[in-house]
Amino acid sequence: MSILVGAETKVICQGLTGRQGSFHAKECMDYGTQIVAGVTPGRGGQEHLGLPIYSTVRDAVDATQATVCMTVVPAPFAADAILEAAAAGIELVVCITDGVPVLDMVQVKATLADEGCRLIGPNCPGIITPGDCKIGIMPGSIHKPGRIGIISRSGTLTYEAVFQTTNAGLGQTTCIGIGGDPVRGMSFIDCLRLFEADPDTHGIILVGEIGGSDEEEAADFIKSEVSKPVVAYIAGVTAPPGKRMGHAGAIISGGKGTAVEKFKALEQAGINTVRSLADLGGAMAEALE
Amino acid sequence: MDLHEYQSKALFAEYGIPVPDGYVVSSSREAGDAATKLGGELWAVKAQVHAGGRGKAGGIKLARSIKEVVDCADSLLGTHLVTHQSISAGLPIDLVYIESGSIIQREIYLSLLVDRAQEAVVVMASASGGMNIEEIASATPEKILTEMVDPLAGMDSQQARKIGRDLGLNDGQVDELEEIIFKLISLMSECDASLIEINPLIVNSEGHVIALDGKITIEDNALFRQERLEMWRDEAQENSRETEARKHNLSYVSLDGNIACLVNGAGLAMATMDLIKLHGGEPANFLDVGGGATAERVTTAFKIILTNANVEAILVNIFGGIVRCDLIAQGIIAAVRDVGVKLPVVVRLEGTNVEEGRALIAKSGLGIEPAKDLTEAAQKAVNLSARSRMQ
Repeated sequence: MSILVGAETKVICQGLTGRQGSFHAKECMDYGTQIVAGVTPGRGGQEHLGLPIYSTVRDAVDATQATVCMTVVPAPFAADAILEAAAAGIELVVCITDGVPVLDMVQVKATLADEGCRLIGPNCPGIITPGDCKIGIMPGSIHKPGRIGIISRSGTLTYEAVFQTTNAGLGQTTCIGIGGDPVRGMSFIDCLRLFEADPDTHGIILVGEIGGSDEEEAADFIKSEVSKPVVAYIAGVTAPPGKRMGHAGAIISGGKGTAVEKFKALEQAGINTVRSLADLGGAMAEALE
Repeated sequence: MDLHEYQSKALFAEYGIPVPDGYVVSSSREAGDAATKLGGELWAVKAQVHAGGRGKAGGIKLARSIKEVVDCADSLLGTHLVTHQSISAGLPIDLVYIESGSIIQREIYLSLLVDRAQEAVVVMASASGGMNIEEIASATPEKILTEMVDPLAGMDSQQARKIGRDLGLNDGQVDELEEIIFKLISLMSECDASLIEINPLIVNSEGHVIALDGKITIEDNALFRQERLEMWRDEAQENSRETEARKHNLSYVSLDGNIACLVNGAGLAMATMDLIKLHGGEPANFLDVGGGATAERVTTAFKIILTNANVEAILVNIFGGIVRCDLIAQGIIAAVRDVGVKLPVVVRLEGTNVEEGRALIAKSGLGIEPAKDLTEAAQKAVNLSARSRMQ
């Protein structure tokens, strides 16, 4: 078992014919993901990587019955691409693109609220169910089918958590990079709810960072709704206020959103936390004993 | 990207938001001419720097004669202004804004920003204008009025009028404020602002509502469609290393410590800084070289790091991902050699082909220290920085 995506998932790729789209879609296909078509406006009828290209998501969905869309388009077009996928009946959009303007995402989120479409990202590594389905830019080789669910706001920190749980022999059910932007699709809570309901997920690793209050909200949710062991880490204890640390969402503003506050909220909710990134795998193994 | 007050006010004027008349100048002679053109008996001479708290720091002066305007401009131009929001060295005053003086009846705080919890733009106001909003928020949070702008339907007139009434404005002023709020909402979306702050918005002696200050931040991610505003960038107000890094699509933030970091990924870059601190050191910077970590980007990153004289050791932390570690190692070795890095460099590599990568580093003959994991990398960097200080 896993959450959201598995071996049977059919995926289309927006931006398949682009340089980034080609590279990453090929990696996903080599991993075993069923990518069944690409979407590039104006290029319907062509072929790329041996896949049919459609001009619209609607055409691609009609032809392939795909339910998931990987979006790898330039930032200026990302918001429209997500909305097009949602309107065409796609159930899950995984938007890898970074640098999407926040006001575009405000519009997207408000529109998606009525569409019944889930969004992961933007500005994220994507989602992977090890051994079955990789939708995103993460290195497939470090993953191992297993029993830990991983949720993270940061790409490379997701890889660290994956790498450590693989080395600890725990493996992963599904790993989700929810993205580093201030306004984004699925939240920690959305993912926690799914992992809690997944019988094969025995423990959950949550990797947060400075900015916003998602980790604090996740702490409240875990306290009341999650029975499985959770290990959490927050990046950015040394980040100065008012400075954006790479991700658009990683900024301590108005004295709010510090790593110290987030650690405190998690610890007060009784959640295991580690202060060193290097301790994630070990702490998870210990929590499962 | 931050705009200066004079630039923000130019945008306000374009959108029909009332502002006092003013001219931006770069010399005291121009300051005198500007004051003469403006006429009247009271002028404000305002240092144009990208930091709040200018008033308290002496960056805003009132003048009652043309000679005073010239003297004030003379005393500000060419100096640095240190405010509670600026870096400790202060920011250069290359421009001053000469503005017709206003008689203030009352001061209001007004801002628009993207609220990430509500995933929408919110309008915030407080009757305690002139004060730092963070002070108001912590001292009297109930005094901050907040109304959300619905992303699809927009704000309705009643919401805007409620802000005016709750601020205790009279009917005419409520009308004026409503109009200002709607114009600011348009400005926010058309200019891709992530923050617009007017502190203070004043009621002047004639009872009209006017923007006496203006601070606008344009969202960096949207600059691709804000070409005109991008031209308004003032690099002199920005950290030169951060500007240089941005030109190469690297993300760099200066810090006060002595151990530089070069990392792929923003989250891992922060986590690396935290590890240095956890092991008793102080990070000198945040630096994300991005996913590729190519030789060219790593070389540029080393060059930027080395312009900081406080740096005593460099920690490179790369999680290979899809790019193979042996290729990354070759990039690091080439960069260390080409840039001529003399400081101790500790490298932690992980990912595909990591053994080959580490072997290349170990036999490079450049004295680069390989580390087998995160903890060892941080410890080695801290120890080497201490040693390099003693030499």
